[in-house]
Amino acid sequence: MIAQNIGFWIIAIVMIVAALRVVTTNNVVHAALWLVVVLAGAAAQYILLAAEFVAVTQVLVYIGAVMVLFLFGTMLTRARIGAESDLNNSYKKLGIPVGLVMLVAMGLALVSSFGDEKLPQTTTVVSSQEISDQIFGPYLLPFWALSFVLLAAVVGAIVLARKD
Amino acid sequence: MIAVLAEVPYWGQSLLRVLGGLVAVLLPAGTIVYVFLFKMMSFMQSRLGPMEAGPYGSMQLFAEVGKWLQKEDIVPERADTRIFKMAPIIVLVSTFLLVVVVPFGPEAWFTDFETGVFYALAVSSVSVLGILIAGWSSANKYSLLGGLRAAGQLIAYELPMVLAVMGVVIQAGTMNLQKIVVAQNTGLMFGIDAIGHPYVISQFFGFIIFMIAIQAELTQAPFDMPIAESELVSGYMTEYSGFRFLIFFIGEFATAGVFAMIASVLFLGGWGVPFTWFGWTSIDDVANWMNFVGPLIMFTKMMLLVFIIMWIRFSYPRLREDQLQRFAWKGLIPVALINIMFTAILKVVF
Repeated sequence: MIAQNIGFWIIAIVMIVAALRVVTTNNVVHAALWLVVVLAGAAAQYILLAAEFVAVTQVLVYIGAVMVLFLFGTMLTRARIGAESDLNNSYKKLGIPVGLVMLVAMGLALVSSFGDEKLPQTTTVVSSQEISDQIFGPYLLPFWALSFVLLAAVVGAIVLARKD
Repeated sequence: MIAVLAEVPYWGQSLLRVLGGLVAVLLPAGTIVYVFLFKMMSFMQSRLGPMEAGPYGSMQLFAEVGKWLQKEDIVPERADTRIFKMAPIIVLVSTFLLVVVVPFGPEAWFTDFETGVFYALAVSSVSVLGILIAGWSSANKYSLLGGLRAAGQLIAYELPMVLAVMGVVIQAGTMNLQKIVVAQNTGLMFGIDAIGHPYVISQFFGFIIFMIAIQAELTQAPFDMPIAESELVSGYMTEYSGFRFLIFFIGEFATAGVFAMIASVLFLGGWGVPFTWFGWTSIDDVANWMNFVGPLIMFTKMMLLVFIIMWIRFSYPRLREDQLQRFAWKGLIPVALINIMFTAILKVVF
């Protein structure tokens, strides 16, 4: 058992506990902070895979931007201190099966595409130059499509926010 | 790390790195507080500043720290205790994570991170999280308003900062801070190799935007709305006292120091001297003594940049909240985008 595996299991257990706390805690802000732990754990797993560019992107986008905006939004609207009783509603019964279906679907996808394949034990870090060559080469079309989706979202947000 | 350290076992190296990180964060913070906050501000306001503790009041800092450490650790009754106590630590941790990528010499670095600039921008945004939850968990309207203002401001000014850095990355062709230093000290400017090629000259607009953005990121006046004492008491720090206030305070000035170090690496040539002065051609030729002189050069450049930050802080009145947002979104970001465009065009042409 190599050091990476030990690291993987420690981080994975922390992530699972934090993920469970996200849905069981009785305060919106606490749930958001547990989600930060989950996302930071994902970044740490990327580091273990020697994918530092993806890890840094994870921190920048999810912790630095998404979660900050999330907390910002909840604090502006409703974020009481202490336990809240009205966080659970009748959709809870629907949520559990949906979650299970997602887990099975993603697990099947992972198993059917990789099976018993093992990751090569490399210590070389993929350079950001290789990633950008890939993005602006073979993956240019999906990249453009994604940026159009984001642009549409920005325009939509402005349309919604305008009063006149 | 330096060749001598190669024989030290791994745990010893790690311990030395932690110690080095503490020195690299706390020493600039203490110097900035004494030289600029105590002395420079006093002289700009025609007074002496602290004079009693030690010669010229130089021991004042230790007296202040001792005072804060003695104070009771008060948590408001209705506050969210655990998060309230956690928040200052998140802010300080983000500073320590930031200093890790700064190179201080040819071999005097903590980590040689391939995507160093990107990493620095990412971890600097973690401190927003600490400030937001500090404001929320205090159970105080002023604190909450301060936290929200801080978050809005830090998000708005992160964008021009990232975009300003982009120009340097395009010009250097790398995101590794060490290689950016080397690129500046080996480069030629108009065919003259007297002073290397510090990017403050060719990326002048980038430098100005970066300095304005870090002024706002550090919430120094004229961008100090989050802690505006005449409107919000003390913003997100209102309920903090003693040790936890001290952590916020150290975090503020340590981050100022670290951001100034990153700015000097990106724009002023970092630890290096132009390599042609001593006949070096690449980083492998650089003499070993640069590992000891380099940190001093970095420290000088950092003090110079912090001096500018503090000078502006003590001179200008506070902006209004809407002026602040308009300045970022309608002023700095378009200029930064145009700067990137021109840099990219010139990079391709030459």
